[in-house]
Amino acid sequence: MNGNDTLRAMKPVFVFALIGIVFMFAAPYALQLFTIINLTTAIALSVLALSLALVWGYGGILCFGQVAFFGLGAYAYTIAAINFGGSTWAILVAVLVAAAFAALLGYFVFFGRVSDVYLGVITLTVTLIFFSLIRRTSGPDYKIGNALIGGFNGVTSPPLNLPWNTSSFLFPEHVFYVAMAALILSYVFCGWLVNTRFGRVCAAIRENELRSELLGYDSRLYKLGIFTIAAGIAAIGGVLFCNGVGRITPDVFNLYNAALTIIWVIVGGRGTLIGPIAATFGLFYLTSALGGQSVLNNNLVLGIILIFFVLLVPKGVAPTVTDWFTKRRKPAHNSRRRRRQGRST
Amino acid sequence: MSRKRDKREVIVETRNLAMHFGGVRAVDQVDFTLYDKELRCLIGPNGAGKSTFFKCLTGQLSPTSGEVIIRGQDTTLAETHEIASLGVGIKTQVPNLFDGLSVDENIWMSARRWKNSKRARSLTSETIERMNLGDMRRKTVNQLSHGQRQWVELGMVVAAEPWLVLLDEPAAGMTHEETARTAELIKEINTQAALIVVEHDMQFIRMISQQVTVFHEGQILMEDTMEAISKDRRAREVYLGSRA
Ligand SMILES: Nc1ncnc2c1ncn2[C@@H]1O[C@H](COP(=O)(O)OP(=O)(O)OP(=O)(O)O)[C@@H](O)[C@H]1O
Ligand SMILES: [Mg+2]
Repeated sequence: MNGNDTLRAMKPVFVFALIGIVFMFAAPYALQLFTIINLTTAIALSVLALSLALVWGYGGILCFGQVAFFGLGAYAYTIAAINFGGSTWAILVAVLVAAAFAALLGYFVFFGRVSDVYLGVITLTVTLIFFSLIRRTSGPDYKIGNALIGGFNGVTSPPLNLPWNTSSFLFPEHVFYVAMAALILSYVFCGWLVNTRFGRVCAAIRENELRSELLGYDSRLYKLGIFTIAAGIAAIGGVLFCNGVGRITPDVFNLYNAALTIIWVIVGGRGTLIGPIAATFGLFYLTSALGGQSVLNNNLVLGIILIFFVLLVPKGVAPTVTDWFTKRRKPAHNSRRRRRQGRST
Repeated sequence: MSRKRDKREVIVETRNLAMHFGGVRAVDQVDFTLYDKELRCLIGPNGAGKSTFFKCLTGQLSPTSGEVIIRGQDTTLAETHEIASLGVGIKTQVPNLFDGLSVDENIWMSARRWKNSKRARSLTSETIERMNLGDMRRKTVNQLSHGQRQWVELGMVVAAEPWLVLLDEPAAGMTHEETARTAELIKEINTQAALIVVEHDMQFIRMISQQVTVFHEGQILMEDTMEAISKDRRAREVYLGSRA
């Protein structure tokens, strides 16, 4: 596929990106500051969902601990920003730390040809190890450079500052712009990636790893690649998250968050990128709404939603909607459209 | 085997190749030689070890003992993708396709392994035409019939332009007509590449056969032309008697 074809296949990606840009500039006028700050957290989480949509939906790697890279990114950002006295390089550190850790873990898992089921178990275990290790880092002994790790209380994250002026911090509405821009860019990047040769080979490996090997592709390298890239994207989400919330605690690594990430992708639909992003926003607002009342337990509702989707909408929202549209339109360009959208939205 | 043939380059050689599963000697002390541009058929009753032999050649199994040498390179412990990367095209007995992807994408995956994107696209189209899959190129392969799926897999083998082709039961489940077309295709491939073809269908083998190797209980029983083998009493006993 040459450049032009990739761009053509990415048409839906650009449409959604455009909607995102409009929303990004309109929201601060239409919404209250409180809502904007809340939205920033939802955006951060949707970047995490996007990263799992990439590695699981396209790469076929069920990483049960995607939130580990998210949390690692948040911690790395916070600690680096405290030490550097500025946020710009800390963002880079966050992405590199998460990606490097994923590369190391992935190397053992993929080159050791660990089976898919164990990969899920291993990534989840790693997440829970972070949870219990960081919880034990209370007190003045546990510090990296000038930054106390803070145990179960966590650390206050320095806010983002302008790249050229470390004492000029961004206001919450500006952080919202940054978060939205990061989400849109990450989304377009993923939409592009899945249409490149690399992305298409990853999708083929997901379909049949042996066949890809029989054609001469070293599947281990491709899996390692997409796993590492997805970890880097999750770390961007982590940076946004600790900026939105103002601090990072080990609770980010708990089982609830690990499971929630999976739920976003199941509800949104595997094999799409926009679906899990939309599902994250939807569920985020649902749980906020439920948080304001005490009749229904939050986790119970999430559980019911998950069961509902697994049983009745197993493909998730986005693919089901796409199917529904392609069935209703006349089948002239039917299969072609489905193929494109399946790959790129 | 006559001395004269030894002048051609040996491209596949196994020495004392053995693959044991617990007590089962699926492949047992096999010395096998394939020459450049040769078309070799492998026959033998169910469980004779043909597929296991293939898996040892293609790195899907690590042999218990012995050696595999492909074009002078020891590939006994090589990974499957490394062997494929030498220029070996492989079709397994169990169909292996990218099930959720289109016919187009399946063939493209093979073409794009070695070719730049422009050439890969034209090669994909050419291969799809050649395999008569033009009408269904946008369909996902799990919507196709068994025979069509076999063709997609053969298309993937062809699109990689290999110099050595290993086909495990390429005509299984095909109609008469499809089988005949497959035989034609194999002869065509043979102008560019050497082949090893495992088959049960005797008629099919007669269509393409030159030299035939008979497997029995993990060992090579004999190696000769199809005519000679059909006349041989031992071969008929283990195999032909019950089938042809
Ligand atoms: N992974 C395995 N584990 C244990 N035994 C195996 C395994 N693979 C094959 N075998 C055994 O090895 C023997 C040879 O099997 P193989 O599949 O190579 O036969 P084949 O000649 O290809 O037969 P067919 O014509 O039915 O395809 C059989 O007895 C089979 O049960
Ligand atoms: Mg077999």
